[in-house]
Amino acid sequence: MTSPPAASPHVAPQADHADKARTTVQRIADLRAWLFLAFLILAFEIWSRISFGGTFLFNPFNIQSIAVFAVAPLLLATGQTFVIISGGIDLSLGFIMGLAAVVAAHVINWLTPGVGFFPAVLIGSAVAIAVAAIPGFINGLLVALLKVPPFIGTLGMFGVARGVAFLLAGGTTVPVKNEAFAALGNGRIYGVPYIVIVTAVFVLIMHYLLSQTKFGQHNYAIGANAQAARRAGINIKWHLLRLYILSGMCAGLAGVLYSARFSAGAAQAGEPLLLDAVAAVVIGGASLFGGSGTILGTVAGAFVIAVIQYGLVFINVAPFWQFISVGVVIIISVLIDQAQRRFSGGRQSE
Amino acid sequence: MNDVIPMGEPLLEVRHLSKNFGPVQALSDLTMMVRAGEVVALAGDNGAGKTTLIKAISGVYQPSSGEILLKGRPVSFSSPQEARDIGIETIYQDLALADNLTIGANIFLGREPMRRAFGFLPVLDRAKMAEAAKSTMALLDFHVSRLDAPVSNFSGGQRQAVAIGRAVYWNAQILIMDEPTAALGVPEQRKVIQLIHQLKAQGRGVIFISHNLQDIFAVADRIVVLRRGVQAGERRIAETTHDEVVRLMVGG
Repeated sequence: MTSPPAASPHVAPQADHADKARTTVQRIADLRAWLFLAFLILAFEIWSRISFGGTFLFNPFNIQSIAVFAVAPLLLATGQTFVIISGGIDLSLGFIMGLAAVVAAHVINWLTPGVGFFPAVLIGSAVAIAVAAIPGFINGLLVALLKVPPFIGTLGMFGVARGVAFLLAGGTTVPVKNEAFAALGNGRIYGVPYIVIVTAVFVLIMHYLLSQTKFGQHNYAIGANAQAARRAGINIKWHLLRLYILSGMCAGLAGVLYSARFSAGAAQAGEPLLLDAVAAVVIGGASLFGGSGTILGTVAGAFVIAVIQYGLVFINVAPFWQFISVGVVIIISVLIDQAQRRFSGGRQSE
Repeated sequence: MNDVIPMGEPLLEVRHLSKNFGPVQALSDLTMMVRAGEVVALAGDNGAGKTTLIKAISGVYQPSSGEILLKGRPVSFSSPQEARDIGIETIYQDLALADNLTIGANIFLGREPMRRAFGFLPVLDRAKMAEAAKSTMALLDFHVSRLDAPVSNFSGGQRQAVAIGRAVYWNAQILIMDEPTAALGVPEQRKVIQLIHQLKAQGRGVIFISHNLQDIFAVADRIVVLRRGVQAGERRIAETTHDEVVRLMVGG
């Protein structure tokens, strides 16, 4: 007969069972965005087969369109995931994206005659992402050093970035004349759009950064208990500064890919995407109170929104239903988050 | 730093320590000692100087005068980090834990171990963190099976054990515990008292601040009573009573 080694004398066995049940529920709740996504795809597939006798999911054109559609919101949501886990929020991302799109367009236009197509794209993209880091840096200064609440500090930067982007664009969209840039935005390899590949690689790197490095670990700790993080010797100011620079640069990449896709930079490029990005993060399982969330959850969240938006158009439903559906999904996600919080956090109030 | 001090030898000595904030004398000419394997309780009313004393010992405040000796060598710190580096760890009342992280991640918070995945990619060494969590908690006689669960899943006493476990893992010689039982239910308080006995048996020194005389009498070897920044008395627990301690605290 074997007995469990070194069973704790303090813990009653039924407590262990309750713990296991709790962990299982947590795991399921953590996967809720992927479950949502599977459910949505299934629903559209059934609807599509019944009303058109055709497939929704197995149509490569649909998959491609949804992926391209998800690129910009997903990139914004990736940066936003880091910020929300730290207990903050970055409202300026949409216009940082617009700013980067305009800067990329201008710089590539200036450079193309002198250095040629490819170098102009490389340098222009790098400059645009570097410029996007500047409002991120200022956000970081405001939040980390001047203790401005992130909501207010980044709301201010929302206005500043918006104004600067429109000024640089001269109030209009800036067309880009560069074939290589257009190829980046619209080309494919084996049917996979380049911008989807770039986004996938970038998101994977961000997943690594959040889940496998000290930076990511400290981000979770700061979001849960900033004082504990400080006492453990984590330099919170330095962390927050880098954090907001990082989220600005995510928006910068989104701006570059946007102007590549449309061969034009527009200040309002990210305007409708900011709240979609926040929604993707929340649907993906992050808590707006900070301390929880994952990049993989956010990926699912971004695709939930993209599938709803694209799918409703595909099955020919009036586009206004998109807003209602996305809104309902956000509310359900938050309700699940709160139920999970009550369930797993119950011990703390004892 | 890791030289073992035999039980009963002086570990921490505070000599003629004073601290004033402008004209306010928060602590004056205080002398006390903690031996290896000894629990010293600090008692006193609010404003008696307990907090000032532990903040001076743990590097938060610089003393105005006087000296602190660790294992016979004078030490001074410009930050809590420096105090921690030489083995003086403070366990805060409100538990300095990140609730969303595992026990291992909390033990290593701010000093995470890394390994190389695929031979080149630096990643957090979660296996090492879990292993350290397991062995450290076992050292404190807490056997936890769920090393991948966030500490929010554990009870108050278990979380207190995690905070203590972190100090123990980093080889703290002196543990300063500020009201470690204040936020806990009675069974959990008992567990923490057990933990302090464990620390004692391992030859560490513990400074234990509490308002609860019952806890003090259950765990401490000596009690130092402060009143208005001066030492009002020092007694061996075996040779004193609740009444005498209360008299020392309130004066008269």
